[in-house]
Amino acid sequence: MITKRIIPCLDVKDGRVVKGVNFKALGDVASPVDLAKFYSQNGADELVFYDITASAEGRALFTDILCETAKSVFIPLTVGGGINSTADFDRVLKCGADKVSVNSGAIRNPAIIGEAAKLYGDQCVVLSVDIKRVDGVFRVFSKGGRENTGMEAIEWIKLCVGNGAGEVVVNSIDTDGVKKGFDIEMLEKVCEAVNVPVIASGGAGCMEDFITLFKALPKVDAGLAASIFHFGEVKISDLKQMMKDNSIPVRI
Amino acid sequence: MTAIIDYGVGNLYSLKSSFAAIGEQAVVTGEENEIRNADRIILPGVGAFSDAMEKLRRTGLDRVLIDEAEKGKPVMGICLGMQMLFDKSYEYGEYDGLSLVRGKVRPIADVSKNLKIPQIGWNSLIFKKTDCPIFKYIKDGDFVYFVHSYYADECTESTVAVTEYGALLTAAVQNKNVFGCQFHPEKSGDTGLKILKAFCEIQE
Repeated sequence: MITKRIIPCLDVKDGRVVKGVNFKALGDVASPVDLAKFYSQNGADELVFYDITASAEGRALFTDILCETAKSVFIPLTVGGGINSTADFDRVLKCGADKVSVNSGAIRNPAIIGEAAKLYGDQCVVLSVDIKRVDGVFRVFSKGGRENTGMEAIEWIKLCVGNGAGEVVVNSIDTDGVKKGFDIEMLEKVCEAVNVPVIASGGAGCMEDFITLFKALPKVDAGLAASIFHFGEVKISDLKQMMKDNSIPVRI
Repeated sequence: MTAIIDYGVGNLYSLKSSFAAIGEQAVVTGEENEIRNADRIILPGVGAFSDAMEKLRRTGLDRVLIDEAEKGKPVMGICLGMQMLFDKSYEYGEYDGLSLVRGKVRPIADVSKNLKIPQIGWNSLIFKKTDCPIFKYIKDGDFVYFVHSYYADECTESTVAVTEYGALLTAAVQNKNVFGCQFHPEKSGDTGLKILKAFCEIQE
């Protein structure tokens, strides 16, 4: 049976993990390569590297880090941040990325999804969407959640999946950082609308939030989080054991 | 030395790195001599079946691969590379494969109703045969990483392992010295590395 995936997300800026990470077992870790190895050894099913660098220099550093990671980490690797063209896809795929996540790049140029799917296959193209309720309507936000595009989110997701996005990451701005659980209502709407894997992001504060997510929405394929893993609030091995105890299919 | 065939399909960085991680030499190559001189051959592949077969034929490496396989050299097809080992695929039409393993490749949607296509993620291996050398370090129920929309059918004889995704789908096959993995060993963590290691230990 296919298992539910647990995915830590690493924000990388100028070659370092943003804010750094503190593990009792590891001490301070700012090297994305070391952190990726640690997560891989501790049960992560996949990793997301998110490049929040703005400079060209930082971008080159990011691809170096990707290559270095892919030399020692043998689980799927998704890369996002600064993906605006198929040349950007090419740049990160050559360094060992398996999937490429597009967000603002697709809002600026929706054709990028179809072009990339044709070149690299649907399975390679991940649509990442930042969604916030505005007057009761799910709206797509761009620029890291700062700008309302005015687009209705479910229609946007359906359009992109129709064009070849093989997976959707749903980031709820409403629940992000609140640590009160995933946005079940929003995720349910997305799951009803598309038949590709859906990854939940934004809101996880404890292990129980993942259990609630997978119990409420069996169609959700994966849970993504950053800080709760980085700061050791949730250990992936403990989380997966709890999932198993709750009869949620999981790889242990 | 392992030759990873480069015929212009997919990115082979992780695959090459996975051999380095198990201490085995591997070369990514489209050179006939290098492939013929290698101890074993990997046929990778992502994308569409017809496109990949056409590219392989255009390079003439299809003949080299068949020739070396018939001489007894260990060959492993991975993902689409595994599907290309079969007689035929029905992906967007009907296309001939390499016929190194009997069977046909069909859409998962034909058998797994109401499930998401492609199958993306970690799924467990259910063994049908226990003597396949590439799985000597692997046990029933171990997880490997799949990404595919098509599966190999009519290949009961060669099927070594299956996986459950709405139906039992072919996960690995063997016809003598020719092996196929529908999943990605190079993305399946330690389990995948053990499979590649065992493949490298096969003596011609």
